[in-house]
Amino acid sequence: MRARLWLELAGFAVLTAIVAGLPRYVSDFRARELAIVGMYFIALLGLSILTGYSGQISLGHGAFMAIGGYTTAVLSIDGVYGHQIRDLWTIPIAGVIAGMAGLLVGVPALRLSGLYLALITFGIAVSFPQLPKKFDHFLGGTTGKILNLAEPPFGLRTTTNNWIYYLTWGIALVLLLAAWLLVRGKAGRALKAIRDSEVAAASSGINLATYKTLAFGISAFYAGVAGSLYAIANAYVNPDVFPIILSVYLVVGLAVGGLDSLVGLIAGAGLIYFLQNHADTVARWINHLPALNLDPKQPGIPSMIFGAVLIVVMLLLPTGAGGLLRRVFGPLTSRLYTRS
Amino acid sequence: MFLYAFTWTEFAQQVAAGIREGAIYAGLALAIVIIYRFTRVINFAQGEMATFTTFIAWSLMNHGLSFWTAFPLVLAIAFAGGVAIERVVIRPVENAPVLTIVIITLGLALLLNGLMSVIWGGANRQFDGPFSTRTIDVGSVPVSVQDIGIVAVSVALVVLLALFFRFTKLGLALRAAAVNPESSRLVGIRVGWMLALGWGIAAVLGAVAGMMIAPVVFLDPNMMQTILLYAFAAAVLGGLESPIGAVVGGILLGVTITLLGRYVGFIGSTLKLPAALVLILVLLLARPGGLFGRVAVRRV
Repeated sequence: MRARLWLELAGFAVLTAIVAGLPRYVSDFRARELAIVGMYFIALLGLSILTGYSGQISLGHGAFMAIGGYTTAVLSIDGVYGHQIRDLWTIPIAGVIAGMAGLLVGVPALRLSGLYLALITFGIAVSFPQLPKKFDHFLGGTTGKILNLAEPPFGLRTTTNNWIYYLTWGIALVLLLAAWLLVRGKAGRALKAIRDSEVAAASSGINLATYKTLAFGISAFYAGVAGSLYAIANAYVNPDVFPIILSVYLVVGLAVGGLDSLVGLIAGAGLIYFLQNHADTVARWINHLPALNLDPKQPGIPSMIFGAVLIVVMLLLPTGAGGLLRRVFGPLTSRLYTRS
Repeated sequence: MFLYAFTWTEFAQQVAAGIREGAIYAGLALAIVIIYRFTRVINFAQGEMATFTTFIAWSLMNHGLSFWTAFPLVLAIAFAGGVAIERVVIRPVENAPVLTIVIITLGLALLLNGLMSVIWGGANRQFDGPFSTRTIDVGSVPVSVQDIGIVAVSVALVVLLALFFRFTKLGLALRAAAVNPESSRLVGIRVGWMLALGWGIAAVLGAVAGMMIAPVVFLDPNMMQTILLYAFAAAVLGGLESPIGAVVGGILLGVTITLLGRYVGFIGSTLKLPAALVLILVLLLARPGGLFGRVAVRRV
């Protein structure tokens, strides 16, 4: 197991180096795009702990992101007793509040399995946008709330987009490390045991209720942090910033990245961003196929391509990008672990 | 608690509106239940499939066909489409984990939704249904012919389904394939095709629901999105497996939600959807099998 540990640590170091160096080689606008990919990555990490490790399906993580985003908006604009909080410090608070909401959902989720949980969490995703409309004096209704533009703190001399990039990816790497520590330890083994067989896990003395609820809470914490960053980067929140479909996109990213492959999720996050914002590029590629002539700018195209890519990926690569990596590199690296 | 002066006439009107609403949910809930019962799949694309077939009906009627000539044609197309979807995208992942199948149906929903925008555009369209909107008095409550028609159609569908499953050989084969695939295969039932048939029937039910709903709301690619959620709620309320449960669940839900929205000021029209969610959650915690379902007991 030693070799595997070193291999994973080396991988993490390489990832950190790439993340730190990348803004030097890309434009300011690309840095912003990469920052948003980083936010999806954070949310996917959380979803992976929940779905990939504890085996509970959530189609409602967009709602937890929205809770994080709205927390940041309320705290940094309205503040607490009129005392505004700097957007940077609202991030952990947003995570904790979303996490508590996650624990609240986790308790009834204990009694619902598989498809029922998928339906209920889908219901959460669909009904959440009604809340800002109902409590409009507090959450801004359909128009939403405008945040202050994010600026680099402590007199750092860099552009806003670069600052958001470093902030997001810094947090993402810390949270990746935390997730990795969590899943390779006792808790991770317990969660995997629950995923594979609840009965067997309970018979081995694992407290199902504690671990399953905890997984929900942690996962919602990640989503809340991602949502808070998303609100800061956009500088406004409204129900359309966190649309219902966001929850679906997250599950898609998770499936494409590979359910329990933490690093593979970067690919999933990239795909979510790319298909949402560059579907016209994909449409142009598809037009090279014979007998097809799509207008890349037509409104239905992104969702059509998203759906088609999704189905094809699920049929061809049921274990996602992470599974593919493992299949390609497995034969090369497994020799390292088995000898030790 | 009451926002306005309470009258029994108005209460009866609200109940009637709720029943109409519920019958709409019931139509789609029936389709969800049929697919779940026969293939153990929750079809998140059910709403989009229904809207798609309704658009086909709209196109046919736009080319000069009357509703009742278009109707059987659309049902045939829906059936073929449902079977084709099962064959092409669901069959390869038959034994995959729940999440894979959920994601595939979500992908299908996105794909169909985009396809509808591309083919028909995103604009609202008027869809002329088979029933007139003239109102008649039932007791002292004015009800439109259309509402009565919608309720009658969903009741008729349940009766037809019940007869089909109870009294035809094909219905028996379908039930057998769902309960015990291995033994069914041994007695010569083609289980794979039974699953496809289940999807075909569900697509037909969805098409009927779509054509009943479109005259009430306007026809656009997102027509079914909220209705699908209520339909899920109705299906869960009825136990996910029972067609009668779906209709009873739908009507109960429709009436409860309409009354809550009308008489509980806090809920109003904005919190109807969350209220439905809470209702379902409470019910599932108290009765995990829904009203008509049985809790599965598993041997370990």
